[in-house]
Amino acid sequence: MRLVIVAGPPSAGKTAVVRQTIRSLQDRHRIAYLKIDVVRAFEDEELAAEFGIPARSICSGDLCPDHAGVMVMRDAIAWAEEESADLLLVESAGLCLRCSPYTTQGLGVVVLSAVSGTNTPLKMAPMLALADIAVVTRIDLVSQAEKEVFREQIREVNPDLDIVETNAVQGTGMRYLLRAIEDYPPITDPEAITLRGVPPLGVCTVCIGKTEIGWQHHFGVVRRMEGADYLFRGD
Amino acid sequence: MVSSSIREVTILPGRSRSGEPERFEAITIRPGDTISIVGPTGSGKSALINDIEVFARGDTATGRTVLVNGAYPPEEFVRDPAHKPVALITQNTRCLADLEVAEFLSMHVRSRRIADDRIVDRTIALANEFTGEPILPDARMTALSGGQTRSLLVADAVMIAAAPIILLDEVENAGIFKERVIEVLRDAGKAVVFVTHDPLVSLLSARRIVMRDGAVERVIEPGNREDEALREALRLDGILHGMREEIRAGNLITESIGV
Repeated sequence: MRLVIVAGPPSAGKTAVVRQTIRSLQDRHRIAYLKIDVVRAFEDEELAAEFGIPARSICSGDLCPDHAGVMVMRDAIAWAEEESADLLLVESAGLCLRCSPYTTQGLGVVVLSAVSGTNTPLKMAPMLALADIAVVTRIDLVSQAEKEVFREQIREVNPDLDIVETNAVQGTGMRYLLRAIEDYPPITDPEAITLRGVPPLGVCTVCIGKTEIGWQHHFGVVRRMEGADYLFRGD
Repeated sequence: MVSSSIREVTILPGRSRSGEPERFEAITIRPGDTISIVGPTGSGKSALINDIEVFARGDTATGRTVLVNGAYPPEEFVRDPAHKPVALITQNTRCLADLEVAEFLSMHVRSRRIADDRIVDRTIALANEFTGEPILPDARMTALSGGQTRSLLVADAVMIAAAPIILLDEVENAGIFKERVIEVLRDAGKAVVFVTHDPLVSLLSARRIVMRDGAVERVIEPGNREDEALREALRLDGILHGMREEIRAGNLITESIGV
């Protein structure tokens, strides 16, 4: 079974990219879909109704959704295998520009919207740095100059990133994403899958619902303001 | 292959929406060509220029194939906007950056690594030939009108992107001097393809592709058979242009504009 993890900021067009992918590949593959979200998710029901594929969602509640994704990924692979899927598409909640939920043994797809401004690629550098392929959506809406600058900004963060420009409504350019998915090696050992990098998933007492301010009231990953460049960075 | 070495682009037939094979053998586009794509809303006009824009290989909904110089084009033609020989400008295409016009163009010039410090001025000058509302170098992109934006994007495609093929999707509604745009693009050796509902743009084009049910129904080359219709369309366009200017100027039109 192949694993594809689709991440990107809110409203970048992740689900539109997933929908085009399923539409194009459903004749050749048995596809399962998992949506990770925070409060509510509708994509699993929509895609199950539209394509008749096994689809599920998980809402992370007070937990960071990418942390939730890491926790459930092993179960999700087992579920998709029980469904006899040969392709599992996992879509992130897209909450945080700093998140990078990509793993080994799976294709990392980052979805960015061309209308989000030319500096966006620089703001979401960690996600771009650890992805394999960037899908730039809504390319039909921006001027030639901005298209070119947007591409250069992505290259500045990750010169090796494969870039696909698309207008996912019509599916232009999607052929290169489909090729990357089909060319990616299947999972060989689910037990050996790890995150590609350390995302900002530190689950602290704020993350799980304590609202008091000041480090004195908290435990877990706690740092004082003095001397911290980032409040917490993975070791 | 560099974009300046494009001798021709060939469209090979696909299928209509109901699955019927298209009945043309091949449509060839060469530098200096003017082509309009016409037909009712939903007949597949935008899908056709979309096929050209992505250099379809039987992998779009229409099943068409688009070749460059008789062969499949190299991948960077399709994937890298800086190498793409096709510039598509639609009614929706806009500049998001809140920059001044000169800054915006300079940004494009820098990304192309063009070492010509006059090119920004010349691009603005060309854009001003396409619109009646002068574009100033220090105007903000986001404050330009639809006509000014379209004029600037066409001038940018000609001067900075230097694309040999320009696809214009219903840009006539934006209020630009269509006749002048066609003249400049033809003189510059650009191939230009319009998706249009505008009679003047259609009559000014040397070839007309008629769409129906997602398929090319026929390709018309009117030659000089439509000269009279063109004269009439130009006269009407002149009258409407004159009226527009009067109304803009706050005048009452009490006499014939007569061109």
